[in-house]
Amino acid sequence: MSPADPIPPDGAAASSPADGAVAASPVVLPEAEGRRGSGLALLGSEVVVLFRRVRTIALLSALALIPILLAVAVRVTTDDAGSGGRGPAFLGDITQNGLFVSLTALTVAIPLFLPLTVGVVAGDTIAGEASLGTLRYLLVTPVGRVRLLLVKYAGAALFCLVGTLVVVVVGAIAGAALFPVGPVTLLSGQTIGLGDYAGRMLLMALYVTISLLGLSAIGLFASTLTSVPVGAMAATIVLSTVAQIVDALPQLDFLDPWLFTHYWLGFADLLRDPISWSNFADNALLQAGYIAVFGALALGRFTTKDVLS
Amino acid sequence: MSDAAEAGPDADLAVQTVGLGKTFGRQQAVADLDLAVPRGSVYGFLGPNGSGKTTTIRMLLGLTSSTSGSIRVLGGAMPDRARDVLPRVGALVEGPAFYPFLSGRANLMRLDSGDRRAPGGTRKARVAAALDRVGLGHAADKKAHAYSLGMKQRLGIANALLMPRDLLVLDEPSNGLDPQGTREVRGLIRSLADDGTTVLVSSHLLAEVEQMCTHIGVMSAGRLLTQGTLGDLRALGTHRVRLLTPDPDLARDVLVRLGLAPGDSGSAGPAPSEGAHVEADLTVEGLAPEAIVAALVAADVRVRGFEVSGASLEDRFVDLTGEGFDVAG
Repeated sequence: MSPADPIPPDGAAASSPADGAVAASPVVLPEAEGRRGSGLALLGSEVVVLFRRVRTIALLSALALIPILLAVAVRVTTDDAGSGGRGPAFLGDITQNGLFVSLTALTVAIPLFLPLTVGVVAGDTIAGEASLGTLRYLLVTPVGRVRLLLVKYAGAALFCLVGTLVVVVVGAIAGAALFPVGPVTLLSGQTIGLGDYAGRMLLMALYVTISLLGLSAIGLFASTLTSVPVGAMAATIVLSTVAQIVDALPQLDFLDPWLFTHYWLGFADLLRDPISWSNFADNALLQAGYIAVFGALALGRFTTKDVLS
Repeated sequence: MSDAAEAGPDADLAVQTVGLGKTFGRQQAVADLDLAVPRGSVYGFLGPNGSGKTTTIRMLLGLTSSTSGSIRVLGGAMPDRARDVLPRVGALVEGPAFYPFLSGRANLMRLDSGDRRAPGGTRKARVAAALDRVGLGHAADKKAHAYSLGMKQRLGIANALLMPRDLLVLDEPSNGLDPQGTREVRGLIRSLADDGTTVLVSSHLLAEVEQMCTHIGVMSAGRLLTQGTLGDLRALGTHRVRLLTPDPDLARDVLVRLGLAPGDSGSAGPAPSEGAHVEADLTVEGLAPEAIVAALVAADVRVRGFEVSGASLEDRFVDLTGEGFDVAG
């Protein structure tokens, strides 16, 4: 009795019974061709709808402001205040090398700003469609509930990557514009050139993107529970904050390895030579676990849900 | 009523439900519903607000699960065969819904891209054709939030027409449309029906249903009270004779002798010089109106006017659904 849309083997769809009163369908292309194209068409449409939306652009602009504000603030105050003192990691190094702006901005964005934007996007996935009423039209199209969840999650994951890249790339541009740029000294002491450093920054962006995938899965699940997108967004953002607080409490240390936020700031290992991959691997495994659990919960919930909005 | 329950799956039916029921918590929204929508028909699905029409439509389209009974749409069991059935169904459910930040055209492109059977190569052309068909060609590139309710309604209908469909399910398609738009929608539905498309249209605009539907089902409080062809339903109603005569008392005596129960003359009486109205329900089977006139004349009643009116569909619905029905002016 579930309205789920299991994916039948190929060719099953072609066997719809012919009947007398079928309207002529001159524009329909051969089955296989039509199907191959449209599988990706929905994903493409999702990406276009997501990234052309004013809200998404505003979120990305806010993320872009972080490295810009950071670089400008350091540049303006650099004459009277010396390096060091209070501030996020790498802040003092910016004046020597503008390339550190990206790194500092990422460190600033990870605990709050990135989860905030990801929470908005992931919490909106299903609940946003439900509140607009477009969910019922997507489902009768029929998009298929499993496919819709996958496409929605892919969109949220892409937003994680784009959001992170915005911080990194805008940071590099702002840093290069306001500060001297030169070879970068790694945490392990060696010095690497710009090309090598760019590669490592991309690796860090990948690390941070992967870090946010678990949160996206939580947001997707929360989004299947309600037709009020703000509720799902708030729940997702609150969860990311709670996880970070629990991570910081020494009394709850035993929970730490299981928190999706535990490895969020562990990307500095990518600035060693040789690169220490242990955090990368542990983080990826942990996030995969969260994706599996919350993805399954979202599937279970969404495929049996009565769509009444 | 229908004998669908005994007949089992029927190839001539575009939509068939057997014993369909849905409960929300303790509330029974739909109960024991045996819907039978013949292929090629324009089926008017009527009922007061909250009678379960939209819940039924949601179950037909696989949006909501049923708590009991079975559904077949275009020969396929729902919701199990949704993948095969739904591409052949165009739907407007509980009002149109769109992304307000996208243009009308972009909205249709978006929804069409979700349909695996809709070829991407013809998408632009099909979207443009659907927009033209509902008269939105000139407003296609306006953002949907700038659309009036009537334009949104048209866009919703355009969405149902993106692909050739075997069945259209239209929930209150005339909502928010001006009289001109209502006429256009009626014409559109008729032209689609002429092409062989089955149309299931829910409405509370009785006059409109009377004008475009071939079949009618009436719901109230979650139950199907009656269904059948428009003619069947009209025939169920009692006819009424109305007589204009200067001899009302004599006329009443004649009518009583024929087995009728004449009431008082209508409230809006004619001028006294014209005579009075005498009305009676035609409750005696086999009694032809002309026989009444003959009897009246034979009894020297001066008959100045005589008319037989069929009960309007509206009367039938008020009879069936009782008070509180949202009747169109």
